[in-house]
Amino acid sequence: MDFSTPPYLLKNASVTRVMAQVLLALVPAIAVYAWLIGPAILIQIALATMTALVAETLMLKVRNRPLALFLTDGSAVVTGWLIALVFPPLAPWWLVVVGTLFAIVVAKHLYGGLGQNPFNPAMIAFAVCIVSFPAFMSQWPNQALHLGLLDQFQVIFGLMPRLDALTAATPLDALKTALKLDEAGIGVPALLANRNVYGSFAGHGWEWIALSYLVGGLWMWQRKIITWQVPTGFLGALFLISGALWLYHPDRFASPLFHLFAGGSMLGAFFIATDPVSGATTPRGKLIFGAGAGLLTYLIRVFGGYPDGVAFAVLLLNICVPLIDLYTQPPIFGMKDGK
Amino acid sequence: MLQLFKFKGGVKPATNKAQSLVEPVAVAPLPSHVAIPLHQSIGGTPRPIVAVGDKVLKGQKIGEADGWISAAVHASTSGTVIHVGPQVVPHPSGLTADCVVIEPDGRDEWIARNPVDYRSLAPEAVRELLREAGVVGLGGAVFPTHGKLTAAKSVPMEEMVINGAECEPYITCDDMLMRERAVDVVRGAGVFRDLLQPKRVLIGIEDNKPEAVAAMQAAVRATGENFEVIAVPTRYPAGGAKQLIRVLTGKEVPASKRSTDLGVQCFNVATAYTAWRAIAHGEPVVSRLVTLTGNVDKPRNYEVLIGTPMDELLALAAPRSDTDGILMGGPMMGFLVPNFKVPVVKATNCLIAHSDALFPPKAPEMPCIRCGECARACPHELQPFEMYWFSRAKNFGKTQEYNVFDCIECGCCSFVCPSRIPLVQYFRFAKSEIWAREKEKNAAETAKTRFEFKQFRDEREKREKAEKLAKAAAAQAAKKAAEAQAATSAPEPVAPSPLDADQAVKKASIQAAMERAKAQREAAAARNTESLTADQQHEIEAIEARRIAAFGTDETTEK
Amino acid sequence: MISAIAVMALGAILLGAALGYASIKFKVEGDPLVDKIESILPQTQCGQCGFPGCKPYAEAIAKGGAEINLCPPGGAEGVRRLADLLGREVKALDAKEKPKSVAVIDENTCIGCTLCIQACPVDAIVGAAKQLHVIIEPLCTGCELCLPPCPVECISIEPIVETVDSWKWKYPVIAITPTDTPKAA
Repeated sequence: MDFSTPPYLLKNASVTRVMAQVLLALVPAIAVYAWLIGPAILIQIALATMTALVAETLMLKVRNRPLALFLTDGSAVVTGWLIALVFPPLAPWWLVVVGTLFAIVVAKHLYGGLGQNPFNPAMIAFAVCIVSFPAFMSQWPNQALHLGLLDQFQVIFGLMPRLDALTAATPLDALKTALKLDEAGIGVPALLANRNVYGSFAGHGWEWIALSYLVGGLWMWQRKIITWQVPTGFLGALFLISGALWLYHPDRFASPLFHLFAGGSMLGAFFIATDPVSGATTPRGKLIFGAGAGLLTYLIRVFGGYPDGVAFAVLLLNICVPLIDLYTQPPIFGMKDGK
Repeated sequence: MLQLFKFKGGVKPATNKAQSLVEPVAVAPLPSHVAIPLHQSIGGTPRPIVAVGDKVLKGQKIGEADGWISAAVHASTSGTVIHVGPQVVPHPSGLTADCVVIEPDGRDEWIARNPVDYRSLAPEAVRELLREAGVVGLGGAVFPTHGKLTAAKSVPMEEMVINGAECEPYITCDDMLMRERAVDVVRGAGVFRDLLQPKRVLIGIEDNKPEAVAAMQAAVRATGENFEVIAVPTRYPAGGAKQLIRVLTGKEVPASKRSTDLGVQCFNVATAYTAWRAIAHGEPVVSRLVTLTGNVDKPRNYEVLIGTPMDELLALAAPRSDTDGILMGGPMMGFLVPNFKVPVVKATNCLIAHSDALFPPKAPEMPCIRCGECARACPHELQPFEMYWFSRAKNFGKTQEYNVFDCIECGCCSFVCPSRIPLVQYFRFAKSEIWAREKEKNAAETAKTRFEFKQFRDEREKREKAEKLAKAAAAQAAKKAAEAQAATSAPEPVAPSPLDADQAVKKASIQAAMERAKAQREAAAARNTESLTADQQHEIEAIEARRIAAFGTDETTEK
Repeated sequence: MISAIAVMALGAILLGAALGYASIKFKVEGDPLVDKIESILPQTQCGQCGFPGCKPYAEAIAKGGAEINLCPPGGAEGVRRLADLLGREVKALDAKEKPKSVAVIDENTCIGCTLCIQACPVDAIVGAAKQLHVIIEPLCTGCELCLPPCPVECISIEPIVETVDSWKWKYPVIAITPTDTPKAA
């Protein structure tokens, strides 16, 4: 006798399908990344993916969970890809490996595995590495130099000396340093005029990658993998605060356009803050979660000690999730007038 | 055109209705036996009023309604009662319940059917008639219909909704009923209208049934009623009573309220149909339309006698060889019946032959990733994943805080879950645990008060005994003193002691009570005997004879 | 030095006064712990714990004089809830767990002696002298206290049979823990 339970019809949905679509949405941005910044990102993605899968396998073995079921769910691969995308592409190989190991072993499995982690594993990896290895984590490729796949491979694996000329700061970092060094300064608009660093509107090369994240994110929204609340909250809050300060003092603060497309804004808004496991779940809660993360990102970016604030903003909001969810429970059917 | 409202959530599974709509409704042949469960509706369990060996006619009452919320049960064909007792019933538990099993005599002979003009009856009498005819909600909930036909005292009835939405995939029996017997459905709705006096009557039908909509519209015109037939968007569970009320009237009925409190009531089309048959044709509910579909070669709708074994019925539709179970109800809310022999009951709207090819076994359950799909699909706007965490942890207090009792178990959450978690199952588990605990708690409280009262009574009795003893001792002493005094004075005539007087009064009152009781018995026996037929007279005499044989006559036993 | 002592003394006096006032103002009548414990106990009044009823047992637990695993009708679930309430360690039940039961009187043997009626703690048996006694099933707690006094042993304890109405949905089986995937293969 089959004691399976109703409903007997199920939608063709699975965790694997969800994760596969997230990966697919990342593909355009990765392609643009490899095209504009260099193929190193592909090496990092391969490294992170392999590390994530190995770590996942080991932890599943240790925790006595079915391997086939959980290895194919794709969640570890998503974590790996996100880690590779937020790390500097020319970072030494062990940096990505350490970050990924920490994310999978500590941030994910020690908290109970898939669905149980209170913090976004990829952001934990970023936070741990930027605190532990700040120098390596701020060495972004100098786009004036065009290295081939082989050269980049050798840099990553330490087969070639890590010359200072290879690396540069991110546009966000460069802007921050410039503003700090020259208080009376020439002003933001004049700084941003340097096309080689700041590109057309938000960083040479990076702005097009951000645009691809936006495209991938919109596709995920259209496929109902994510809902509109988190990205809208994130980008909306970022836009409002950066817009307000920009209007107040255009020489001291960059424009909203710059902030929306610089650094990890788009990746964070569509791919990181939307992580369902560690994020808020109610519609209003998601809006608050996204807005909080967007606001904190800006504050850390502009007034804090780190060049970008997405990771810390998301992690701080992760802590607030139970509280946000508790206070934003939507009214249920028939109970809308508070009776 | 009426403005339609929307309900949140819902899903759109493949409807699979076309297969069983090709052929018209057919009448299923007489089965080898019918097993009629006595408990077929919500409320009290009817008491059997037939015994093994009794000959019964089609439509003869075999189970007497027990309490107001309960409906009578009737023999679905003529024949001989061969068993009264436990049989496996179509219930997810696979347990047995009391049934009356009848071997048909093949004549399918009706009792005397007496149509009534319900307009000449008091509303109370119509409700009583429906209760006696076993009319219950045939949409699946089987709530006794007469219990829903009273408007709330303080709220005027605004709308009455007739539910022909039939949103579950595969099921088409209401569709066929509306296509073929629309006029009787409309007349039945007219009866409900006259009892409830709503301002408007709205008939809601999902827009994937244009034929049914057209048939109902024609029937409404033909009967001269002012009912509105409305096509509602096809989306599961639009046929849930609360969802349909929402779509047609914009009102949301929470779990804590009755719909009449909001001035609205909802009936299924098949219920309206059976109510009309009961009133205008004197036919109690002994059959219903059942869709046979799924893994079969000849899907079709049949008019089926209640109590027909499911295997005999399904054989009509030629189930394919890999059929490994029967789903009763739709694939969203139905369940696999415990075995193929269980009988069709009033709640059986559809039998779906189950096979792994048609309904693939579920992939293994994964952990919840809090994606919120279930919350978006929930038509009651609950947070299923939160309720899941708590019911899984058996934290029932929290489960209840997240409104598990507002869950209508429609299955939308399980349907969309990418982790394939049997969410509804968790909620059913939580609900039945909470009920059981509630019951236990009440029982414990009753036991406690009874125990405390017994202790109190024991104390009191002890005290009273002690007081009595003390009094008796005092009386003894007084008597002795009096005797001593009497010995000295002249003897007096002895008056009856107060004790004797007391006893005399008591005796007299007992005698009086016995006289009263006797008089009452005689009066009772003499009632309604003026216009009896010879047969009835005989019957009464036979019963009297049996009674005297069993207990002796009144005169001889009375002391 | 003097001022420091003075300040500390003043603080002590003020705080002491506040505590004293609070203890009078917010005095709790009775012992709410006993009531809480009692509400967990199943109220069968069976005395199987060795105390003459549920309340005495609750009082004994509250005083700390009794273990929490002495109540067989409460079962393992009851022990767990008591442990939760009192912050004590969960212990195995000190007896075999029995299914919920009711007493049944054999009509052919009962002689109508009323002894069981007197023994029943919850007045769940009705009858008069030399008349057949009957147990009111919904009120019977299955405490078994009516068994010993019966001179003809006509009372038996029967477990309550699960019916369609009392049946409960089962806890869904979780198929994650096994190392191999059961259905994917």
